[in-house]
Amino acid sequence: MAILLTETAARHVNRHIERRGKGIGLRIGVRTSGCSGMAYTLEFADHANVDDAIFETHGVKILVDPKSLVYLDGTELDYTREGLNEGFKFNNPNVKDQCGCGESFNI
Amino acid sequence: MALMQIAEPGQSVLPHKRKLAVGIDLGTTNSLVATVRSGEPVVLVDHNQESLLPSVVRYFDKDACLVGREALASQDIDPYNTILSVKRYMGRELADIEALGIQNDRLSDAVGMVRIRTDYGEVSPVEVSAEILRALRLRAEVSLGGPLAGAVITVPAYFDEAQRLATRDAAKLAGIPVIRLLNEPTAAAVAYGLDVSAEGLYAIFDLGGGTFDISLLRLQRGVFEVLATSGDSTLGGDDFDRIIVNEWVRCNEFLGLSVHEQRTLLKAARSVKESLSQSAKAEIQVKIGNCVIDLGLDITTFESLSKPLLGRMQAPLKRVMRDAGLDWNDISGVVMVGGATRMPQVQHMAAEFFRSNPLTNLDPDKVVALGAAMQANNLVGNEPSEDWLLLDVIPLSLGLETMGGLTEKIVPRNSTLPVSRAQDFTTFRDGQSAISLHIVQGERELVSDCRSLARFELRGIPAMVAGAARIRVTFEVDTDGLLNVSAYELNTGVSATVSVKPSYGLTDEEISALLESSQLHAAEDKLLRSRREAEVEAIRLKEAVEQAMNKSNELLVPGEEKAIQNALCLLDSALKSEDAFGIREKIDLVNQATYSFASRRMDAGIRFALKGHCISEMENKL
Repeated sequence: MAILLTETAARHVNRHIERRGKGIGLRIGVRTSGCSGMAYTLEFADHANVDDAIFETHGVKILVDPKSLVYLDGTELDYTREGLNEGFKFNNPNVKDQCGCGESFNI
Repeated sequence: MALMQIAEPGQSVLPHKRKLAVGIDLGTTNSLVATVRSGEPVVLVDHNQESLLPSVVRYFDKDACLVGREALASQDIDPYNTILSVKRYMGRELADIEALGIQNDRLSDAVGMVRIRTDYGEVSPVEVSAEILRALRLRAEVSLGGPLAGAVITVPAYFDEAQRLATRDAAKLAGIPVIRLLNEPTAAAVAYGLDVSAEGLYAIFDLGGGTFDISLLRLQRGVFEVLATSGDSTLGGDDFDRIIVNEWVRCNEFLGLSVHEQRTLLKAARSVKESLSQSAKAEIQVKIGNCVIDLGLDITTFESLSKPLLGRMQAPLKRVMRDAGLDWNDISGVVMVGGATRMPQVQHMAAEFFRSNPLTNLDPDKVVALGAAMQANNLVGNEPSEDWLLLDVIPLSLGLETMGGLTEKIVPRNSTLPVSRAQDFTTFRDGQSAISLHIVQGERELVSDCRSLARFELRGIPAMVAGAARIRVTFEVDTDGLLNVSAYELNTGVSATVSVKPSYGLTDEEISALLESSQLHAAEDKLLRSRREAEVEAIRLKEAVEQAMNKSNELLVPGEEKAIQNALCLLDSALKSEDAFGIREKIDLVNQATYSFASRRMDAGIRFALKGHCISEMENKL
C-alpha cells in the first residue's frame, strides 16, 4: 500500500502549511458524490486519527483513512500548471473512468 | 482531471460546488485580480506572467477594443482613441473634473457623468471601466477554470455614492457578480491580517503612479472604520521619473527633445528609479538622436532631488492627523501601498512622520488586490469562520423628525451593515388621520442641523384619541447602503414605504464636518432637546385641559376653573420665556390644579359607560 507525492507537490504543500502556521500534513480521501460516483477530498490535517494510514514522501506526511485507502492505493499526487490554472492532481491507477469535468470518478 | 486546492479540515467542497471568488483592484494606472488558493491569497497572472494590467483601453471601432499593455503601447500612435486613467472620470460631471485641475478636451458633459469622445463615438467611463473589468474577469475564469461566484472590487475610501454606483455598474456590464465594494485602505489592512489582530488605529500610506492617498482606519470589534482621508490626486510615482529626467536634461544640456525622445528618457528614468530601490547607484544607456548616451544616478542625488515631492506629502499627512484628532502616538501601524512606496526615501519619510517602521513585506502593488481576494473568499462562504467578520458601517446616524423639530435616532452611527431597526410611534392629536415622516441623517439633536434625506406620509389612520395609534417605523439598510423605511399602523394595517440612498452626495468632508459639529454642540443640543421636549408636553397638556373644560364644564367645582386658568396662564408665560426646568415646574402646577377635576371626569366617564348594564353582562365581556 502506498500513496506518493511528487517533489513539486511536496514543495507546495510545505509552503502552504508553513503559511497557514499549523498542520501536521495533508489528508486525502474519497467520498461519494459528484456526477460519476466518487470525489477526492484534499485538506490540511491538524491531527491524525487512530486508524489513519500515514505515508511520508519528501518530508510531507499524507494521512488517509482506511476506507479511502482502498480506492487511493498507488495514487501519486502531483502539482501542475495547465494554462493559467494551477493546482494538485490525483494520478490514481484504480480509476476506470471519470466524468467529463474530471472532478469525480468510478472504480 | 480538474486541478484541486487544499481545503481546511472538514471543509472539502463537493465537485462543482466550489465557489470561485476574486478580489479586483481597479486602479487609476494598473488593475489586478487575485484569488485565494489553498488558503493563500495570490495574484493571477496573464499568459506573459504579468500581474499588472495597465488600466488603458484603445478603441478600434464602435465595439472593438484592446485593453492593457498593447493599448498602453499605442497611446503615441492613436492618442484620440486610447483612454487612460478613466477612474478619475467615474461618476463625475465635467465641473467636478475641472475642479480637480484635470484638463481633457475629449470630455463632453452629460447629466451625472461625463462622456469621452473617440473617433468611433462617445463612450461612458462606466463602459471603459467595464472593458478593463472584463479583461480581468476572463483572466480569472481561465485561471480558475470556471465562472466567478463573486467578486470584491476595491474603491478609494473617499469615493462617494455616485462613484461607487458607477463602479458597480461597470462590473455589472462586465458580467462580474459583485458581492461588495471595499475601501482600498481597508483591503490593504486585511492583506496584512490587521483585521484579526488587536484593535487599533492604522495609517494606510498609498503612493500610486499618479495619486497619493493617506487614510486613517480604526479597527474595533472586527470593523474597520475610515476615520479620515486626505491626499494629492496629482502626485505619484510618475513625478519621481520626471524629476530624474529634468536632472538629466539639465546636466547633459539636452535641447529640443522630440516627444519620442522624452518618452525614451522617462522610460529610462523609471528603470533607474526602480534600480535605486535596491542599490545605491544605477546606470543606463539611451539613444538620443544618433548618439548613445550613458546616463546614471546615485541614491544621494535622487534623495535630494525628491525633497520637494516628499515635502508635498507633508500637508496631506498633517491634515489627516488633524482631521482625525490624533497624533503619531495613537498610530499602532503603518501600511505601505502602491509601487512608488518601494523608494527608500518614501519609506524613510513615512517612518519619520509616524515614528514607526511601516509594514512593507507584502508587494505594495498587490496588497490591495490580495486583501480584496481574502474578503471575497470569505464572503462567498469558502471560509466559514466566526472571527472573519469584516463589515461596513453607516457613517452617520439615521433617524426621524419628531414633534418639536427633534431628531429621533433609529439607526446609530457606526452600525454594521446590513441593519434593521424598528421603533413604535403614535399620534399627537385626537382624530389624527395621517402622519408625516421626515427621514434625516446626522448626529445633531435638532432636525434643522441634520441632513434631510426624504419625506413621506402614512395616511388612512382611523380616528383615534391621541396616543392610541401604534405606528411601527422600520429602517432597513442593506449591505450597499440602500435605506428602506416603512411605516405600519398596527391596529389597521395601513402602511407606506420609501427608499433612499442615505449617503448619496455626502462627501467625506461633509461627513466629518457634520460629526465635528455634533461634538462641538453636544451640550447646547442637549439643553435645546430638553426644552423642546418640555414645550411639546406643555402644549399637549394645555390642549387636553382646555378640551376637558369645554366638554365637562358641569363637573368643575366653584373656584376650580379660576385656579386651572391661572395655572395655564403661568404655563403660557413659561413657554415664552423660561427654560425646560421652568416649563416642567408649571406643567406640575397645571397637573396639581386639574387633579381632582380629572378624577371626577374619569368617574363620570366610567359611570356613563356602565349605565344600563348588569354585572353578568360585564363578566361576559371580560
